[in-house]
Amino acid sequence: MYEIRIHSRGGQGGVTAARLLAMAALHDGKYATACPFYGAERRGAPIVSFVRIDDKPIKVYSQIRQPDMVVVLDASVMDVVDVLHGLKKGGRIFINSAGKREFAGFECRNVDLTGIALRENLVVSGSPILNTPVLGALASMGIITADSAKKAIREMFSDERNVKAAEAAYKEMSA
Amino acid sequence: MLKCTSACAGCSDSLALRYVLKAAGPDTVMVVPACCTSVIQGIYPNTAFNVPVYNIAFGAAAACASGMSNAFRAEGKKTNVIVYAGDGGTLDIGIQAMSGAFERGTDFLYICYDNEAYGNTGMQRSGGTPMGAKTTTTPTGKTDAKKDIDAIVAAHDPPYMATACAAYPQDIFKKVQKALTFRGPTFLHILAPCPPGWRYPTEKTVEMGKLAVKSGMWVLYEREYGKVTIGPQSKVAMKKPIPLEDYLSPQGRFKGIDPKIVEILKQRITKNFQRLAAEEEASA
Amino acid sequence: MKKIATGNKAVAEAVKQANPTVVAAYPITPQTEIVEQIAEFVTSGQMPARYIAVESEHSAMAACIGASITGIRTFTATSSHGLLYMHEMTNWAAGARLPIVMANVNRSLGPGWNIWAEHTDALQERDTGWLQVYVSTVQEAYDATLMAFRIAEHNDVLLPVMVNLDGFLLSHIMQPVDTVELGDFIPKIHLPHAIDPKHPAGYGTLTGPDQQFKFRWEIERSMRDSVKVIEETEKEFAKRFGRKYGFTENYRCEDADVIVIAMGTLGKEAEVAVDLLRNEGIKAGSMRIRWLRPFPKLDLKGKEVVVIDRDYSFGFGGILAGEIRSKTGISLYSVIAGLGGQEVTYDDIADFVRTRRTGEEFWFGVNAHV
Repeated sequence: MYEIRIHSRGGQGGVTAARLLAMAALHDGKYATACPFYGAERRGAPIVSFVRIDDKPIKVYSQIRQPDMVVVLDASVMDVVDVLHGLKKGGRIFINSAGKREFAGFECRNVDLTGIALRENLVVSGSPILNTPVLGALASMGIITADSAKKAIREMFSDERNVKAAEAAYKEMSA
Repeated sequence: MLKCTSACAGCSDSLALRYVLKAAGPDTVMVVPACCTSVIQGIYPNTAFNVPVYNIAFGAAAACASGMSNAFRAEGKKTNVIVYAGDGGTLDIGIQAMSGAFERGTDFLYICYDNEAYGNTGMQRSGGTPMGAKTTTTPTGKTDAKKDIDAIVAAHDPPYMATACAAYPQDIFKKVQKALTFRGPTFLHILAPCPPGWRYPTEKTVEMGKLAVKSGMWVLYEREYGKVTIGPQSKVAMKKPIPLEDYLSPQGRFKGIDPKIVEILKQRITKNFQRLAAEEEASA
Repeated sequence: MKKIATGNKAVAEAVKQANPTVVAAYPITPQTEIVEQIAEFVTSGQMPARYIAVESEHSAMAACIGASITGIRTFTATSSHGLLYMHEMTNWAAGARLPIVMANVNRSLGPGWNIWAEHTDALQERDTGWLQVYVSTVQEAYDATLMAFRIAEHNDVLLPVMVNLDGFLLSHIMQPVDTVELGDFIPKIHLPHAIDPKHPAGYGTLTGPDQQFKFRWEIERSMRDSVKVIEETEKEFAKRFGRKYGFTENYRCEDADVIVIAMGTLGKEAEVAVDLLRNEGIKAGSMRIRWLRPFPKLDLKGKEVVVIDRDYSFGFGGILAGEIRSKTGISLYSVIAGLGGQEVTYDDIADFVRTRRTGEEFWFGVNAHV
């Protein structure tokens, strides 16, 4: 079982990212569950969502304590939350950031999802959309296939800019 | 209405019921919460009603009728859905469900027969008990005023609402017939004198209802799309009401009533008349 | 068709397919998504039902009762305080023999305000005459809701059915769900005692002790008859759609020395604990109780038993533990865990088994043996 914890802020689409990731994994022929941390959600407050992917049906409902991977949609939460908490030794980190970061003992990747969203004009109510481009980044890291990522995005959003942004993230990461 | 009711002797509610059912016709279902009518309709396996009666818990009549009306309309049936509830089930425990059903525009007729106390349980005070009346829970007389449920219902702006009195059964018949021609929620508030509760001889029931109207303690009027029409009997009372004491003194429940309360009741009657007359004039 | 859905959305989808004529409901966390989704189905014309946005749960159940007695299909959903607020009406629905289907999203009771999973809400309804099923996956929430209509409306049953799913843990989790082509799986509803102005009758009139006793007996007789209807329905469901269910879900129980019994998501997580324990050489099994009413026949002879209750009856004990003790006569280890949404992991469950003390009661959240 592969366990992923997604850090974001309320309203940034972390829960939707988790859902899309689970949908893509399902298209890959796997089992997946996604859930938000069950609390009172406040816009702008740091939140976490969880995704589990496995070849067998998933029977676990308790929270992920030792994730295989951590996804950070908003790097500013790293000032207030220890995003590495419980991350398995040699685990992977993805950060939405233009600047490269290093964490000893972990594999850390990054891409500027915010920049990509702005370039693709993927902005709603003044905020760049991150939950669809992040799927491109995760596909590039092999968590899901690129085809399934696109399929999941198209199932949920009719606006093709979402797919374009995901493709851009995939390309930048794979370059 | 058939024989075999189990009403008290002199019960004005069974009189009112006869005319309600006659006016409503056979394609009707009555929804009855806990009240005197739960008893009056007869004991299982008998029923004194010639239409189906659905009995439901005290606070639930309007909600139950709301579900029933929606189900009938969804199936394309025009069946009249009539709630028949007492003052307890309307003014007190049932007011939330009633307000909800009115706000949602439920296609039904809500009838409150008001004997001004919890009759079924032996005359305890209700929101409908007038100030000064003795009940088993207000042994020295009620100190609070009767709740103005008509104003509360009017605030929901139903297409049609009216008051009536069991002493004028033809008036009840007409108003029920009329109410059932409207789509949406309609309301009829019937004063139902109660011999054991009000403590007067059983044969005086009709007289007691007439005295209530003549004294102005009860006003007959209709409100159709906001337009107020005061009934002829109440028009007479407005011009020249009989002394309130003529209505109070035959009733044991007002025995020994504080003159100060009689004064308050009189002021209330005057105010009520003035308000309704002004509304009638304004909406003419 | 396979898709990703929350437990709430899966219930709403099943309700859409079951196609009730009237839905009357009042929103409450964490059930809200069910009623929002149904309201959206109705507004967008995907469901021909009438959605009555009542002003309280008491009225929700009363409206379902009024609608159901006309002979049509009804549905409602609630949770926690909402369920308790309609308690008078849940009794009425069962007593009036109305096949109303309700989803209850299990949630703790106040005070304090706690919106997370607990079973005490539904367990306080266990004596009302409702059939109760507890589910453990989004798929099962969908399947059980579909089956609930067929079971409730079966003329040998004619009792309401409550489908219970854990608040947030199941209502808000996103899992794959395989929706079905329903066909005629749920037959057209026929309520033999439906109200009909052409045949006037009094419903629920004043009733003496002799008749009332008979009415009570008839509820119990139908509750007993429902066992067969549930079995037939689950068998037919498996035949048509390939997914098997029973009164309990047993996992590695046959050769087990010790069996963990729980309901809802805890019962699923327990299976992971069983695998862990088996790897350590402890012959454990898991038995997830699905149907609480009618209560299943349990064969626990020669087994040690650990019951996990996400509920409590003060001054008595864990409710599920009590039910199992009274029905089987066995002594067991009673664990009270997960109250107010307390996190219980498969490691915790494995620990309950490792450190079991048969005959005792353990309050996990405060680490107290009594």
